[in-house]
Order: sequence, then C-alpha cells, then structure tokens
Amino acid sequence: MNRFRIPVPVRYSINAALIAAFLLIGNAIMSSGMIGRAQSSVVIQVAIYMILAVSLNVATGYLGQLPLGHAGFMAVGAYAGALFWKSGLLSGVPDVVAGLVTAGVTAALFGVLIGIPALRLRGDYLAIITLGFGEIIRVAIINLPSITGGTPGLRNIPKYSSFLLVYSCVALTCTFIHMMMKSRHGRAILSLRENEIAAESCGINTTYYKVLAFSVSAFFAGVAGALYGGMLGILVPGNFDFMASIHILVMVVLGGMGSMLGSILAAAILTALPLALQSLNEYRMILYSLLLIGVMILKPSGLMGTYDFSMAYVLEKLGGRVFTNGKGGLSP
Amino acid sequence: MLFFSQLVNGLQLGSIYAMIALGYSMVYGIIMLLNFAHGDVLMAGGFIALFSINAGLSPVLAVSLAIGGCVCLSVLIEKVAYSPLRAAPRISLLITAIGVSLLLQNLAQLFFSASAHSFPANSILPMKNYSISGVNISLTSIVTILTAIVSMAALTYLVQRTKIGKAMRAVSEDAEAAQLMGVNVNRVISFTFAAGAALAGVGSILYCCRYPLVAPTMGALPGLKAFVAAVFGGIGSIPGAMAGGFAIGLFETLVTALGFSTWADGIVFGILILVLLVKPTGIMGRSMMEKV
Repeated sequence: MNRFRIPVPVRYSINAALIAAFLLIGNAIMSSGMIGRAQSSVVIQVAIYMILAVSLNVATGYLGQLPLGHAGFMAVGAYAGALFWKSGLLSGVPDVVAGLVTAGVTAALFGVLIGIPALRLRGDYLAIITLGFGEIIRVAIINLPSITGGTPGLRNIPKYSSFLLVYSCVALTCTFIHMMMKSRHGRAILSLRENEIAAESCGINTTYYKVLAFSVSAFFAGVAGALYGGMLGILVPGNFDFMASIHILVMVVLGGMGSMLGSILAAAILTALPLALQSLNEYRMILYSLLLIGVMILKPSGLMGTYDFSMAYVLEKLGGRVFTNGKGGLSP
Repeated sequence: MLFFSQLVNGLQLGSIYAMIALGYSMVYGIIMLLNFAHGDVLMAGGFIALFSINAGLSPVLAVSLAIGGCVCLSVLIEKVAYSPLRAAPRISLLITAIGVSLLLQNLAQLFFSASAHSFPANSILPMKNYSISGVNISLTSIVTILTAIVSMAALTYLVQRTKIGKAMRAVSEDAEAAQLMGVNVNRVISFTFAAGAALAGVGSILYCCRYPLVAPTMGALPGLKAFVAAVFGGIGSIPGAMAGGFAIGLFETLVTALGFSTWADGIVFGILILVLLVKPTGIMGRSMMEKV
C-alpha cells in the first residue's frame, strides 16, 4: 500500500517554521506585559525542566539505565556556566552562547567520567554509582567555597534566561536528540536497551554507545543547569540534592519512558501544577504523591507510553485522506 | 583510648545502619525493588514511640507499639501500592515507592508539623556512661550493639532454619518455581516486608536514642545511608547488609573523627564507588549469569 509521504526536507522546514512561529508569538506575548512576573518565571522554569526531562530520557528511556544523579550534571553545568558568565570574558550574545556551551561540555566530561565505570556495572548498581556521583558533586560544591560560594551560594549571576533563549534551547535539545535517535547511533542505543548481550554480539560497541548516551544526556542537563542559574541569579547547593534528581526522574517516568512528548508534557504539568495548586497549600504535596502512585498503578508505562508526536505523520494522514479521496491510492 | 571510643561509636552507628539495611536488602532480594519508603517507615516508628511515651505508656509498651506500627504500615504499603504492580516494569515500582515515601513524609508534616520534636531518649535508655579501662562507653552504645547482634542472629535463624525462611529463600531464587512448588508467594512477600519493618522499628528507636529528634524528614538520611550500606555489602544478601552497615558506620565515624565531617557523605559515596568498581556486585553479592 502506498502511503502519502512528505519528503524529509519539507518535514524539517514545516517543523522549523512552526517552532519559529511559536517562539516569536510566545516572545511577543511575554514581552507585551500581559503575563505577570510570577507566571513568566513559571513559564521559564517549565522550559528548563523540559530540557532536563528530555535529556534524562536519553539515558533512561532510550538507553534503559536508571541514573539517579541527573541533578549532579545540572549542578556542574550551572556552576560552570555561571562562573563563565561572571568572569566577563565576552559580552552580548557570544557570552551567552559560550557560557551555555561551557556548561554543556563540562557536564558532558563528567558524563564520560561516570559512563566509564558504568561499563562494569549493570542495572541498580549503576543507579547507585550515579546517585553517589551526584552526592559527591554536591558535597564538593559545599566544601569549595572559594570557587563555588559554598552553602550560602553563588551570587550575582547575569540573568540571561529570557523566554526566547530558554525555549530556543528546548527546541534545539529536542531536535538534536530526535535526530540522534533517528540515526544509526540512536538505533544502536535502542538496541542496548532491548538486549545488551545480543547487541554486543551483533557488533555494536556497547562501551562507546553507553558513554555517548550518558554524555549527551549530561550535556543537555548542563545547559539546563546554566539556564537555571541564569534564571535565578543565585545558585545554592541545596537545589541539586538527591530529591532534585528524583523529581526529574519522576517527570520522565510519569510521561512515559522513551517518549519525548511524554517528558515534555510531564515536565510542564509537574512544574506548573504545584504552583497552580498553591491555594491548597499543605495538601499540595500529598496530592502530588497520590497522583504519582495512582498513575503508576493505573498506567505503569506512564501517561504517553512510548507514543511520540510527529507533525509530519499527522499531515501525511490528513494529506493522504485528501489525495486518496475515492481514487484508490496515490502513486508515489 | 580515643580510638576505642570512636570504634564503639562507629559500631553503634553501624548497628543502626545494618538493621535498616537488612530491610532494604531483604525486600530487594525478593521483589527486586529499591524500597524508598523504608526510611519513612523508620520515621513513623519514631513518631509512634514519641507519642506513646508522651502519653505516659511504659517504655516496653512504647517500643512494642513502634515496632508493631512499622510492621502494619509496611505490610499495608506493600498490599496497597506495590502488589498491584507485580507484573509492571521495575522502574514503575520504583517510582511508586518514591511516591509512597513522599506521601508518608507529607502526611507526617501535615499532622505533626514540619518542625523537629525532641525525643525523650532518657526514658527508654537512661544516660549512663561506663568506664572500661579508661574508655568511656555509654549505655546506649552497648544496648544498640547488643540489640543489633541479637536481632541479626534471630533473623539469620529465621531465614536459615524455619519453614517461612526456606520459602523466602526459594522465592528470592525463583518466584515462579517456588509458586509451582506450593509456596504462597504473596504471603512470603508480605512476611518479608513485615520482617524488614520490624528491624526498621527497632532501628528507629535506637536511632532516636542516638539523635534524639523526631521530624517528618528524619528517615531520609539514615534511609539513604542504609541503602548505600545494603549495596556496599551486595544488595539481596543478608550477611552483606550487616557487613555493609557496620562498614559505612565505621567509615562515617572515622572521617568525622579525623575532622572532615562536612566531607563525610562524599567520602562514604567515594568509597562505595571504588568498591563497586573493584567488585561490581558489592562485597558479598552474587554475580548473575545473563542469557540472551
């Protein structure tokens, strides 16, 4: 059966146009002053958690490991980015971009560092190693006050995280990860999730791909961390504890592991919901935990399962209906 | 002399970690779940003991109530939250456990306020110090270490010599095969949770005697350390959990005594990572063969 297919360059152009439209409209709304300070900070926070959830999804959903130290990578990136911005080496747009790249690369280096011991370990032991690294990073930040500001925090970070910047980063993160997962590298990573031994015997370099997935995951967590610093203007080590890692993991699992759309939706819901429920005050966290247990019992694979949204697919379906209307198929 | 008193100190802390770690390890051995709510069961035990003593009950009754409360709570959690997920992916079970942990912490915060309550440790174990050839040892230390040894001996007897212990070992080896041989798997799982929770109940009293503060989030830190201890010893292994608990307790005391108390948590995790790099399944863990 011939299905109507949109050529790849057209698909990418359609998506790029939609993203650009979203960014411009969003930016116009945000700068028009229609949205208050509190709400706009939520909007930016949502974007940062989207990057974190989508990046963790690479290691959890696609590679099939269970990292419990994502906040550690985020912390490394946050401090690296903030220190770069504070150093005042550059200014303007190059400064912003260079800071984000510094943050990402530093976090990715740590990802490699953690990925290498991961070769020897499986499953839950890997989880513990990442948990341990996350805690060590936090303890190190507390104990090196001359560089990181210690427990009171690192202050006066330039507030670069505007709507346009953070959502552009979201779009770039999703595009990069999507393209990576559709390439042969992505398929190799997926094969490790399905069965490591079988993948290895098919000639896939398990070491290389595990470390690759880990460092990509860490890179974007680092970028998100830098944006986080750029949003708050101050970084305190307490923001990057074990519970912060868990919070990101919850987003990924609740959204559905291996579904980018799920991660994005869950990040938006779980970041915005507690603020929307502020009137409920002390019952807020109880509702949150009940929601978590409830969703897991009723739908263990997460809200979206492994479903992913594809604009091109929707257009193809619609287009297919138009073009094939009563004429029995469309020749390619 | 300082060395010996620190050694006793470390053994005391280690006994507490070991007792909590046993709960993690037993549950992991049987359903492959990292039971994040275990630390919060400990917290519940602390609160029950606190309120029982404040209500004027005798210490023995208060301790029994705390242990009983932990057991009931843990079995209830297993029945309500974990048993519907027997066939689900393991990560869903893990997230459920995290959800239960958050729920317990927040319920405690709602009912008992977020602030710490001071625990009347004196009415359970009087403050007494014994001087044995120049080394000062508190009664609490002695009781803690002895209680840990007795409960571990009892647990070892239970697992190795009784019928239910045999069933537990069978289920952890292969749940499906055990079921075919007539073992009631659900009952064994509940029993494992109950046994782990009883140890956590004892552990909570001993922990509160050492750090006499009860707060809704008090379970998180000893929970995490005990969890590390269980992994250190090889998760799923009962002697491993005991060894891991003592090792982590001694390390922590040593690092603190050497004046690096702010680095203590980092160093404990560093040692854990080194051990796992040399021996990937912990000190006493069994390595599993994997088939395609």
